Amino acid sequence: MIQVEGLTKRYGRATAVDHISFEVKKGDIVGFLGPNGAGKTTTMRMLTCFLPPSEGKATVDGFDVLENPMEVKRRIGYLPETPPLYPEMEVREYVEFTGRIKGISSADVGKRTAEVIERCSLGDVRNKLIAKLSKGYRQRVGLAQALIHNPPLLILDEPTAGLDPKQIIETRKLIRSLAGEHTIILSTHILPEVSSTCESIIIINNGKLEAIDTPENLTARLQGHETVFVDVEGPAEQIAGKLAKLAGVGRVEQREGARSGRAIFEVEAAKDQYVRSEIATAVVQSGWKLHELRPLGLSLEDIFLKLTTHDQAVETPAAASSEPVAESPTGGAQ
Amino acid sequence: MSNVWTLAKRELNAYFASPIAYIVMAMFALIFGYFFYAATASFMSQSLRAAMSQGGAPPMNLNDYIIRPLLGNASVIILFLMPMITMRLFAEEKRSGTIELLLTSPVTDLEIILGKWLATLLLYAGLLAVSLLNIANLFLYGKPDWRALAVGYLGLILMGGAFLSLGTFLSSTTKNQIIAAVLTFGAFLMLWVMEWITFFSFGPVAQALAYLSITSHFESFSKGVIELKDVVYYCSFIFLGLFLTSRSMESLRWRS
Repeated sequence: MIQVEGLTKRYGRATAVDHISFEVKKGDIVGFLGPNGAGKTTTMRMLTCFLPPSEGKATVDGFDVLENPMEVKRRIGYLPETPPLYPEMEVREYVEFTGRIKGISSADVGKRTAEVIERCSLGDVRNKLIAKLSKGYRQRVGLAQALIHNPPLLILDEPTAGLDPKQIIETRKLIRSLAGEHTIILSTHILPEVSSTCESIIIINNGKLEAIDTPENLTARLQGHETVFVDVEGPAEQIAGKLAKLAGVGRVEQREGARSGRAIFEVEAAKDQYVRSEIATAVVQSGWKLHELRPLGLSLEDIFLKLTTHDQAVETPAAASSEPVAESPTGGAQ
Repeated sequence: MSNVWTLAKRELNAYFASPIAYIVMAMFALIFGYFFYAATASFMSQSLRAAMSQGGAPPMNLNDYIIRPLLGNASVIILFLMPMITMRLFAEEKRSGTIELLLTSPVTDLEIILGKWLATLLLYAGLLAVSLLNIANLFLYGKPDWRALAVGYLGLILMGGAFLSLGTFLSSTTKNQIIAAVLTFGAFLMLWVMEWITFFSFGPVAQALAYLSITSHFESFSKGVIELKDVVYYCSFIFLGLFLTSRSMESLRWRS
């Protein structure tokens, strides 16, 4: 459906998107993940022919965004970060207008408008002015606009930004209900959104592609080593020595922030080893007091932070111990 | 081309949904009405004096004494009001982000530009219709030459189209409506006063500037004469304005 090769966008001397390459198959739901300013919006704008790439190539359904923009635009439904709404129009009027400029014939546009309004649950407000709508409704009108011409590809830029939790759940449900009929790319910096809706994740940071994989694989890849948090009352060096000698323990590190007389460690297990009970036994048998012992789970948040804070990690010694970044499998320039 | 009409309708809808259209129309009706009153009142006092003078002055003509100066005045009124119409065309869409909808929909730049320009032209035609209400009174009490009048209005349409194309272009250069309005107003004013140079200078530069002045080409229209050079001037002006707009949209893509 989408093929992107070495896509680059420069603004003057600043590079917003730096040689990104990926591929999206028909029917996939792909999450575009990255901190603000990572280049998500710019990439999406290049795919939707709003911005021309400075370098590289992107094709949608076989049509190049530079050579055949009209064909690309016909196949894309795009919801920008701020829904592009005309406040002085009524909802139905607006949706119909967008249907017309997206090439729906006059004969079908009325029927199609009614369908989309139904689909996006806008029935109650169909005759209201857009200016009077709440944020959640506006977002749905924006989505209706993206869906009106029934495009094979939907590109949604932060579809849940600024919504309240209930609206977020509703919007996610709506997006999930669209899967199957449409290929969907959505960008977000909210991680649960990705794990709950997407089959594949593309993480970008500073304009560069950091990782591309399924949520499960990403978690697995980084979670091969279990890390355990231990808070012990006793002599720090001795404890560290003891823990390091335990079978199955890979690395032991002392952390700051312990209360006086106590020490905090992060113990990393060797691959596929379970070490929590051994640690507990060893500490207690040595006569030290065990205050806390818990696994440091690796949520999507951690993965995200690990992947996107790579650069800072090299610079600041405090974070230098964080896990090395997973290399990008697609060979995006690093 | 159905896209052009769809876009023009939306644009017109925006003018009438906000008070812009009504305010511009009301101001135009007020000022034009005042000029109409002044022209007819002075016509009446002059013709009364002519009738009383001995030897009988030649009969006075409605077209020459009322319609012609009135159309000339109308051209100045619209010069002041047009920036209010064109300033929002692109600036507002750029500010609110709706430009993203237009540029990612399968419509061409040309269709967008023509749609916007056509909408302003129709609104402008609405203004002229208001002025015709005044002029219609002349037909109740006299017999002005309607052909000369029609040519005058054709001239107003062409001149307005030229103003509007330039306004469209200037609106596309910024996302700030006030900047667009000031630029447009300044440009229109310059294009008007440029012909005044011939009052004190007669060299080739003065001639060229006078030729370029947008209002000087209206002169013959207001007399009821269609001159090819004036039609060509206005048509090329419109073309240039719309062409520059399309260049500006292109650069918007590459720069932003």
